[in-house]
Amino acid sequence: MTVIEYAPAPESRALVRLEASYGLFVGGEFVAASGPSFATINPATEEVLAQVSEASAAGVDAAVKAARTAYTRVWSKLSGTDRGKYLFRIARLLQERAREFAVLETLDNGKPITQSRDVDIPLAAAHFFYHAGWADKLAYAVPPGPGGSTPAPLGVVGGIIPWNFPLLMLAWKVAPALAAGNTIVLKPAETTPLTALLFAQVCQEAELPPGVVNIVTGAGATGAALVAHPGVDKIAFTGSTAVGKQIARALAGTRTSATLELGGKGANIVFDDAPLDEAIEGIVGGIFFNQGHVCCAGSRLLVQESIADEVERRLKRRLATLRVGDPLDKNTDVGAINSRTQLDTIAGLAHVGEAEGAHRWDTGCALPEQGFWFRPTVFTGVTQTHRIAQEEIFGPVLSVLTFRTPAEAVAKANNTPYGLAAGIWTEKGSRLLWLADQLKAGVVWGNTYNQFDPTSPFGGVKESGYGREGGRHGLAAYLQGEGH
Amino acid sequence: MSRTDLAAQTSASARDLLGVSRLTNAALTRWLHALPGVDQVGCEARAGALSTRSVKADSKRAAIDLAISMIDLTTLEGADTHNRVRGLAAKALRPDPTDPSTPRTAAVCVYGDMVATAKEALQGSDVKVAAVATAFPSGRASLAVKLVDTQDAVAAGADEIDMVIDRGAFLSGRYLDVFHQVARVKEAAGPARLKVIMETGELATYDNVRRASWLCLLAGADFIKTSTGKISPAATLPVTLVMLEAVRDWRDLTGTMAGVKPAGGIRTSKDAIRYLVAVQETAGADWLDNHWFRFGASSLLGDLLLQRQRLRDGVYSSVTYIADDSPSTAY
Amino acid sequence: MSRIDVRKTYKLYVGGKFPRSESGRTYPVYAAPARSGATPRLLANAAAASRKDAREAVVAARAAQPGWAGATAYNRGQVLYRVAEVMEGRREQFVADVRAAEGVSAARAEALVSAAIDRWVWYAGWSDKFTQVAGGVNPVAGPFFDVSVPEPVGVVAILAPQASSLLGLVSVLAPTIVTGNTAVVLTSATRPLPAVTLAECLATSDVPGGVVNILTGDPAEMAPWLASHRDVGGLDLTGAADAAGVDWGALEASAADTLTRVLRPGGTGAEAVEPDWLPEPGLGRMMRFVDVKTVWHPKGR
Repeated sequence: MTVIEYAPAPESRALVRLEASYGLFVGGEFVAASGPSFATINPATEEVLAQVSEASAAGVDAAVKAARTAYTRVWSKLSGTDRGKYLFRIARLLQERAREFAVLETLDNGKPITQSRDVDIPLAAAHFFYHAGWADKLAYAVPPGPGGSTPAPLGVVGGIIPWNFPLLMLAWKVAPALAAGNTIVLKPAETTPLTALLFAQVCQEAELPPGVVNIVTGAGATGAALVAHPGVDKIAFTGSTAVGKQIARALAGTRTSATLELGGKGANIVFDDAPLDEAIEGIVGGIFFNQGHVCCAGSRLLVQESIADEVERRLKRRLATLRVGDPLDKNTDVGAINSRTQLDTIAGLAHVGEAEGAHRWDTGCALPEQGFWFRPTVFTGVTQTHRIAQEEIFGPVLSVLTFRTPAEAVAKANNTPYGLAAGIWTEKGSRLLWLADQLKAGVVWGNTYNQFDPTSPFGGVKESGYGREGGRHGLAAYLQGEGH
Repeated sequence: MSRTDLAAQTSASARDLLGVSRLTNAALTRWLHALPGVDQVGCEARAGALSTRSVKADSKRAAIDLAISMIDLTTLEGADTHNRVRGLAAKALRPDPTDPSTPRTAAVCVYGDMVATAKEALQGSDVKVAAVATAFPSGRASLAVKLVDTQDAVAAGADEIDMVIDRGAFLSGRYLDVFHQVARVKEAAGPARLKVIMETGELATYDNVRRASWLCLLAGADFIKTSTGKISPAATLPVTLVMLEAVRDWRDLTGTMAGVKPAGGIRTSKDAIRYLVAVQETAGADWLDNHWFRFGASSLLGDLLLQRQRLRDGVYSSVTYIADDSPSTAY
Repeated sequence: MSRIDVRKTYKLYVGGKFPRSESGRTYPVYAAPARSGATPRLLANAAAASRKDAREAVVAARAAQPGWAGATAYNRGQVLYRVAEVMEGRREQFVADVRAAEGVSAARAEALVSAAIDRWVWYAGWSDKFTQVAGGVNPVAGPFFDVSVPEPVGVVAILAPQASSLLGLVSVLAPTIVTGNTAVVLTSATRPLPAVTLAECLATSDVPGGVVNILTGDPAEMAPWLASHRDVGGLDLTGAADAAGVDWGALEASAADTLTRVLRPGGTGAEAVEPDWLPEPGLGRMMRFVDVKTVWHPKGR
């Protein structure tokens, strides 16, 4: 039998020029590292990519002061038109250097190059392009109230972002913050700082006024220092619900506002009249895209009992075609788990799933010897009381549950403190719209999943956080008044 | 088995499958309309994702040879002559005279009146002769004419019959008419394998492509084929994807394999390899064989040969290095 | 001989009913003194709601919420407008209540009551407009229909303003419920009686029981239980200004454990200041207790 072999088609690393070590980016300059540093590695090979500074409270303070100075002296005095032009420049530079960013993102994060190339980087550029156009139209960004004046920026924003979409999450924070007239101190995740540092170079190339964007690398302590800094007017955080709650607590009683994009346990609901082939694709993309390191992942598959066996059979057949391996290979569908810590978390919860009696299945595919890997895994026979149906695994692990009626589907979907995203697969329009109303989720995808766009507000309800990113609503969260 | 028995048996199998005592248009409608819908956006996104697969080096060479071996080298012009058909047959037998290791194409596809000529030119080889029939390309003729058209081609030696369905009947919901026509043509084709052209460009929606695929399979098609090549759009990857899903699920349901033939509009090696990837990842590797998958194409062969020479010689080749009786069709 | 008047027992308003506090407690409510040093005039013994009353109120609000949010916007608008009609009918009582509670002149009380009724009408009218103004269709770069709409956060606990006993109360309550939330209101601690009269208006209009629940008593005692309550989705701390014993920062910290949406009190820094309620308010209070839901669907043939 003939088989088409997908020979390795690795993307070249030649575009990426890594420094041995990186300092903080403060006031438009890279500040030589003085304190401790940490290594950032390629999770697919465990190769050390670079040493990165760990910003202390003093480092954070310097960055916040630089941001304040830039806000007071330069950025708040620029016209919206000129602010917008800087953002357009950045958007174009991201497009010009897209492949370099994509390769670097894949090296540092472990995600497949096709995803960094076709999703992360283009969307990041699109975010800057979209928000650039807002900079001189802020009066239209919130519904005009009595008086109808242009809403004012907040001042200095502290951005803290996760490791699953490093540059894209940076764009989600930086673009609206700057468009609204704020300056920003951004802390990338400790396992994925490199594209943020490359972005700092882009800011220099764009001749963005010094201090408008500052990058402080580090781990939780650095983030906590940023949250605790009295000179920060807003915290924009994407990450876990546990840390989100800590931030909300830390900001309680202050006048610092926050948007929190947190965890989720998304229900992907499949009815017996679904467009089945596309639903299978949506299930697969919903949980295995980006190794399942997606806050809005469809990690709970709720399938109508009448087609559960059929869906399970088709799903497993489809999963057998997933290619797990070298993230730089253009044929890879599922890349490396971002860190050993995360791999341990995933493995631990998968073990719990088995111990609680759910049936575990994986593709049995070969995995590389070096690096952090986890096979695409499906648990069947899961009920709402299983921990794998309640806790965010943040990995390529799907829990399959069944339901009998639309009302039961809604009840199960909503039976979680989370409320970020949900999917509905049915060709019956009225049922889809009814469900979309009933689901407690900030984003509902009907007959599709994991779609993102700069114009489209994204964010959670309940313990998946508050505030929106994208669209008019996302921008308003960086302005004084009604949005925050 | 007599010829009338075959159509009757097809109907009997269909009744079994549908679980009805009488095969009516209503029963067929219920069955076809109960198939899952196809979401256009999702389907096209999946086809797009399949297109990003990268096939390199040795596997690319193998894929190119496989694609060559799957071509139904086609000429379907009013201006066709016997010499042109002989030229085409020679090309099918020796696609690249500079390299005898080049595989032959699967078949030569011609109008019925050219079958004897093609058959003679291909004598002694395993290259099949396929004839378009049933008032190709429009299908606008009586069933009697279509049957005679088919019998005529088979009598002249056609190994394969490429029929067209009555799209008017399909679009107006007369599924039973389409079923009977296919079943009767299948019967008339006798030993020849039957490819059924759905003319997906006229069916307009993926839901229709899926329903037409299942209808043709139910009526005994050995192959389902996208297009005549006379209507735009002809073959597209998403349409082929829907058809591959149909044959895959048909095998799950009945245990019987059927072939798929995208035809028209596939011009480059890159395109062809994308289709092969779609075959492998959708229907499965069982279909990676010219018994189960074909390309209806005329100019595709030229590009496959160029790429083959490029891989062999290490330099980009030129059409002037591709011997062809009708070189104008190389591009 | 003058007639002996019939005095009112001031009770709580929970689930559409007027219970006493389960604790059996009351506390004296005095008129605002006309001048300093004057002997305070006892207006009534108001119910002093307890932690358990607050809990019952949340249960009632939670039960009423899906139906209230699920009603058509047109219907919610009509129901809320009806409240304004009933308020107008009780106008004299409100004027007397506000005058006694706030120690203002008759003319000022008239103005405040008018503003409160007008404010209620203003918000009622937003019911079927807010979604359009606050939502919209997003022009995404792909073949998708993509629409964003604001949805209520659920049950909102409100610390009503301490000073503005009616206009302030209306200005925090109406924007919360018009978008489909239900509310548990802790009234002004020392000026609770206009809120009880408002409860009577709500009870005699068409507002479903449980949509608004009004608790009189000590906010410092009840607020922590509401702030930490896991079934409470929103917390309005406006009334923390000048509320004895209320630490709004601590309440916000407590709400953080369930990521409850918090509307901070006015003012800067730790200081809480009650705003001027007379200017037209804008959308802010409605926006604070909604979450925007975005729905995607492919567009294909």
